[in-house]
Amino acid sequence: MTIHPLLAALRRHKAGVVLIALQIALTLAIVCNAIFIIGSRIERIHRPTGLDESNLFMVAQSWVGAPTGDDQATTDKLDSLLQADLATLRNLPDVQSATPISSLPLANSTWSGGVSTKPDEKNEPAQVIYYFGGKDLLKTLGVKLAAGRDFTDAEIGNRAFRAPNKTAITIVSQAMADKLFPNHDALGKTIYFDGSSTPTTIIGIVERLQASSVDSWANDFAWNTALVPTRLDGNFSRYAVRAKPGRLRSAMDAAVPALYKANPMRVFYMDGKGVRAFDEMRASAYRADRGMAILMGVICLILLAVTGAGIVGLTSFWVGQRHKQIGVRRALGARKRDILRYFQTENLLIAGGGALAGIVLAIGLNLWLMKRFEMDRIPVAYVLFGVAVVLALGQLAVFAPARRAANVPPVVATRSV
Amino acid sequence: MYGYYLDLAWRSLRRTPILTGLMVLAIALGIGASMTTLTVLHVLSGDPLPGRSDTLYYPQIDPRDSQGFVPGKTEPMEQVTWIDGMNLLQAKRADRQALMTGGSVAIQQDNSTLDPFFEDARYTTADFFPMFGVPFRFGHGWDAAADEAHARVAVISSPLNDKVFGGADSTGQTVRLAGAAFRVVGVIGDWNPNPHFYDLNRKNYAEDEGVYVPLSASQDVGMDHEGSTDCWGNGGGGRTPDHNAPCVWLQFWTQLDSPAKAAAYRQFLVHYSEQQKALGRFQRSPNVRLRNVMQWLDYNHVVPDDVRLQTGLAFGFLLVCLVNTVGLMLAKFMRRSAELGVRRALGASRRALFAQLLMESGVVGLIGGVGGLLLALAGLWLVRMQPASYASLAHLDPAMLLTTLLLALGASVLAGLLPAWRACQVTPALQLKSN
Repeated sequence: MTIHPLLAALRRHKAGVVLIALQIALTLAIVCNAIFIIGSRIERIHRPTGLDESNLFMVAQSWVGAPTGDDQATTDKLDSLLQADLATLRNLPDVQSATPISSLPLANSTWSGGVSTKPDEKNEPAQVIYYFGGKDLLKTLGVKLAAGRDFTDAEIGNRAFRAPNKTAITIVSQAMADKLFPNHDALGKTIYFDGSSTPTTIIGIVERLQASSVDSWANDFAWNTALVPTRLDGNFSRYAVRAKPGRLRSAMDAAVPALYKANPMRVFYMDGKGVRAFDEMRASAYRADRGMAILMGVICLILLAVTGAGIVGLTSFWVGQRHKQIGVRRALGARKRDILRYFQTENLLIAGGGALAGIVLAIGLNLWLMKRFEMDRIPVAYVLFGVAVVLALGQLAVFAPARRAANVPPVVATRSV
Repeated sequence: MYGYYLDLAWRSLRRTPILTGLMVLAIALGIGASMTTLTVLHVLSGDPLPGRSDTLYYPQIDPRDSQGFVPGKTEPMEQVTWIDGMNLLQAKRADRQALMTGGSVAIQQDNSTLDPFFEDARYTTADFFPMFGVPFRFGHGWDAAADEAHARVAVISSPLNDKVFGGADSTGQTVRLAGAAFRVVGVIGDWNPNPHFYDLNRKNYAEDEGVYVPLSASQDVGMDHEGSTDCWGNGGGGRTPDHNAPCVWLQFWTQLDSPAKAAAYRQFLVHYSEQQKALGRFQRSPNVRLRNVMQWLDYNHVVPDDVRLQTGLAFGFLLVCLVNTVGLMLAKFMRRSAELGVRRALGASRRALFAQLLMESGVVGLIGGVGGLLLALAGLWLVRMQPASYASLAHLDPAMLLTTLLLALGASVLAGLLPAWRACQVTPALQLKSN
């Protein structure tokens, strides 16, 4: 088939052609950016924290009428309350291990600070998210040591909640280690937290450990984490608890009543429930991302449907308008397949033109979004995928009207001239 | 005449129900999506205290050490230390001022069947209530003397009053907050400013603080601070820092009734910073800001980016729907060239044809607008089902309702312009001849 008569015919429907092409261009621009956003949100939702997330849950509570821990005596008192709770939790039949912890990845309560390789540095080169924990910290979290060793029980200390962080040893994430020591020789090195002069030795490196916040402010250091072997003594506490395999629910159900029984002078956090499985924490941390991905997906589908319907509508109109010409062509020997192919090629031309404009629009939109929002450059694959989608949509939409055109009988040519 | 056009439009639309349906659906979907997201954006970027927010200012000063300071570029801290807060409060340079911070307290009533529970709380000085125009259902706030006296008094919210006191006038009763007895002096009426502008370190929307106690008393009892604590130097840490620690964790709000007073207050902040620098407490040259409520919300990017993104997406969607409608309407109008040719031949002017066709697109817009309104209501219902903190606020107000209908009507008439103009270009003779 020659393209020339096709183009000549299109020239007589400029407005319609431009409208369909424009619609396809806009649809392409929106759809590939939306799919890109959906893709990056899904990737975000599924990134692993570095913990062994199954069978893990968190307990959070506060002691009513407990002292504030401003002096040694009240700190000791708070520490004994904490140890008593841990003993209660560890004695539960379905619990494998438990540790006090300041926060957990995705828990959204964050201790952050600065870290440097030099003492008394006021402008620390890197930010760090701390997890302060006690005995069985690594075991309970299920993080994997990439190098070095775990804390020993004798190395676990405690301090009042408000006191400064003065730990002699730490285990950092691989990302944190590489940030401070780009030559990958962090193990055994000395670092300084929060611009202090207290040296801290890196005794171990864990493969991966995510920050406690997934908010955008923590994006730059979302993997820069440090584990500190210190129990924090305040009037509230959090515990990470690992249930025996498959016993998560029963361990969670048993934890709160057991703690209440041991000491009723307390209030549980998390809407009074006191316990939350790690799965729920993950779902709640990323619920905004999930909602956004679903919304984008729905809008994309509706958008494609609307565009498809628009193509059907305009092509149907053209088929009606060219009824007689189609009859003439059929009478002059064109086969049904030729008529079908004519409308399909016509649509491919229009959609192709629209897609070309759409690629430019899509990249422009992406650049604008990068400027206004925190967004990355769109990979070419997404744009190409979008082009394939709109071209396929055009062919799909044009099929029904084109078949109707193909079915126009040649006898039409002889009627009502 | 317009009645006649309306009749014509109606007949014409009924003749092609599928095409008409497609156009109405496209407009309804576009309008529905954009109005849903626009309403959410409108609610989230609203003025929390209309009529008052212009005179409320949030002073910021910079007590950090000189490291990392770039004059003119570094923004001052977003909260104040205990010492600076107290200094500014006692200077009384504003018409009203309040120093406050947030936390949560355990409520454990004696002889009550209620299990102990946590309630979000605000520890503040007395001016909070008159300055923010807090309405009272029972009783009143406390005065500066109560702050001075570290009085154990509390103001509670209506929902908490319902929960603990069964909704009765509870003034004079006792609540046990964090293990200490407080006397209720007031019950707040319907007051829930959104965004939660005076402390953006907690939930930004639909924050429901139930308890308000004097800042001084909250410190005596050792109530927990929650929100942001930002320390520098050897600041230590923890949620409720020591009062002398170099940590900011309190919010300081002022009411300044005229721009002149605001300018004078800004000058005062500069003097204060200079004076503190002379005393050796501050190291940076004066670095102050004085933002009013809306500027403060803007500076903090309170409206979530995702909501803006959704609104942009929805309007892109509306644009595609409109282009789609233009195309369909063009097809529809062009198909009626013969009919229009007859009307032209019988003496109708181009203007009359144009008006007739625009009337037709207007009818499509109106039906689409009503459909869009229904979709927007359904969309907002879906938003309210979401777990986001602002979800409960997503309601259509009369202004947005009107906007919806006007947007739909305007959009469809706009979409009708090009097709109507093209259709009016028909040459009557040609159309008559070919039939």
